[in-house]
Amino acid sequence: MTVNTATTTLPRAGTVRLAAESVSLAYDDRVVVRDLDLQLTDGSFTAIVGPNGCGKSTLLRALGRLLRPVGGQVLLDGHAIQRTPTRDVARVLGLLPQTPVAPEGLTVGDLVARGRHPHQSWLRQWSRDDEAAVAEALTWTDMADLADRPVDELSGGQRQRAWISMALAQGTDLLLLDEPTTYLDLSHQIDVLELVARLHAERGRTVVVVLHDLNLAARYAQRLVAMDDGRLVASGAPEEVLTEQLLADVFDLEARVVPDPVAGTPMVVPVRRLR
Amino acid sequence: MTQLEQRTAAETRVHQPGETTVRVGPVSGRVRWRQVTVVVGAAVAVVLLGAASLGRGDFPIGLTDVLRTLVGLGEDTQEFIVLELRAPRIVVGALVGLALGVAGALFQTFARNPLASPDVLGITQGASAGAVAAIVLGGTAGGSGLLGGLGVPLAALLGALVTGLLLLVLAWRSGIDGYRMVLVGIALWAVAAAVTDWLLTRAEIYDAATAYVWITGSLNARTWGEAVPLLVALAVLLPAALATSRALGVVQFGDDTARGLGVRLVPTQAVVVLVAVALTAAAVAAAGPIAYVALVVPQVAIRLTGGARPPLLASGLVGAALVVGADLLTRTVLPQALPVGVLTAAVGAPYLLWLLVRGRRRSTL
Repeated sequence: MTVNTATTTLPRAGTVRLAAESVSLAYDDRVVVRDLDLQLTDGSFTAIVGPNGCGKSTLLRALGRLLRPVGGQVLLDGHAIQRTPTRDVARVLGLLPQTPVAPEGLTVGDLVARGRHPHQSWLRQWSRDDEAAVAEALTWTDMADLADRPVDELSGGQRQRAWISMALAQGTDLLLLDEPTTYLDLSHQIDVLELVARLHAERGRTVVVVLHDLNLAARYAQRLVAMDDGRLVASGAPEEVLTEQLLADVFDLEARVVPDPVAGTPMVVPVRRLR
Repeated sequence: MTQLEQRTAAETRVHQPGETTVRVGPVSGRVRWRQVTVVVGAAVAVVLLGAASLGRGDFPIGLTDVLRTLVGLGEDTQEFIVLELRAPRIVVGALVGLALGVAGALFQTFARNPLASPDVLGITQGASAGAVAAIVLGGTAGGSGLLGGLGVPLAALLGALVTGLLLLVLAWRSGIDGYRMVLVGIALWAVAAAVTDWLLTRAEIYDAATAYVWITGSLNARTWGEAVPLLVALAVLLPAALATSRALGVVQFGDDTARGLGVRLVPTQAVVVLVAVALTAAAVAAAGPIAYVALVVPQVAIRLTGGARPPLLASGLVGAALVVGADLLTRTVLPQALPVGVLTAAVGAPYLLWLLVRGRRRSTL
């Protein structure tokens, strides 16, 4: 169980690893995110929440260098991420897209081994470090017994574990996950989030995750970032962000917020949709 | 305790059976013996089929005489038949198969779609349009129907390259989406086919017959004049193709994952498509569009090697074996000598149909 230590609202406690500086993002001419600032400190666990189409996945893509901002910049360890070579970024920052696709017939072991790509070269294709990292990632995610199974034969939950295992083998300090619980039933959602929380707690990974489920976000993340219509509307510890007022403003939802009987984190009980 | 057991389990799983880890100094890699076996096996098959092919024909020559001739000890007649008539044909066949196999593997891996091949993407059709234009528009005045030895191959090369570049430009939107590339390719195929048909309807009957033979894909009457340029092209393009192999393995995962793993996506995409187009153009210029080799071979290779993507080198060698073998079949077993493209089309077209009907889960068009 992750304990929410209600850290500072302003992330000045640790070093800033990843930052968005007045970032604006657009697809073609459609501006999705406007003038957004966000700082992510070393060892933090942040969940980005917001209604559909608010730009949270778009923001995550920009943080992971998949999308070039039309204004402002993203800084990774103080350097403009767009001017950092892809390979250097990939050694520090790992990301898991929303619905990653593995080629038919690819085994779990081979998938996880691909996580070592940024550390390999033409001559060095399978070093001792690669082998150790892959073996450890498989063990740590409990996928070792499934290593020679094709990824496409796995269940949704197992598949997501395999991808997380790949991200672990990549050995990056930072990990960005875009809705890793999509299409999973509740127990597998918990399973995946427990795994991510362990990556944060035991392996010291700095985690940013886009999540739909507010209650799960509040339970697992130390910090919530709420977005609405391309802007950042609230940021801080879950109990500060998840208020009845915010739910009304951002989600058009009348709701009660009560303490989660298990974790003590805020829990949303919806009443009705507001017009 | 359990942690320890799991760890050993993981390590044994990372070491998969049939695989040897090689580490010498800073060099390291994994040797997958099944892939090595397929590569060696296909290479041996090419040599054996080639040797058999050298001896077969209107003047059968025994294997020992073939070998004597190859080392320069044969009679003059045999030497002429083996080295000047049959050897170039077989070498061109093998190189064309190699080029088409590798091109198909590049396209299919890149587009994540088994339908993506130079046949479906219109590149070979573009070559046909170029060649038919040269035959029909170039030669009617003199009645010969041919522009001469260089005219048709160069026109085919040009046709393939122009179609390939159009494919790259039209499918490009800050990178290439594989699905979009297949759709654009099919449209280009239709345009090139229309141009070819229009030219054929205008053609003199003799020219039309020549053009028909050409667009079927044939190894008849190939000389060293076709083999040598092809060999040079492959000497450049094959290493370039193999150099993209490592990145291709990650590109297969989709654009976002590939970039997340540190692949420079846009340059990689551009190089892969250009190399695949150039390989196809070189092959088609030498032997005409030998149908469906590039479509079928990578899928055969993937099943032989048991991996998750068409292996480049194995695809090339299987392609070479297929073309040399098909040529041998058309010249010996079948009652009348057919162009080799007829045989590959007879095998390839039903396969394409099967591929479409089967409806693969992720790779569907």
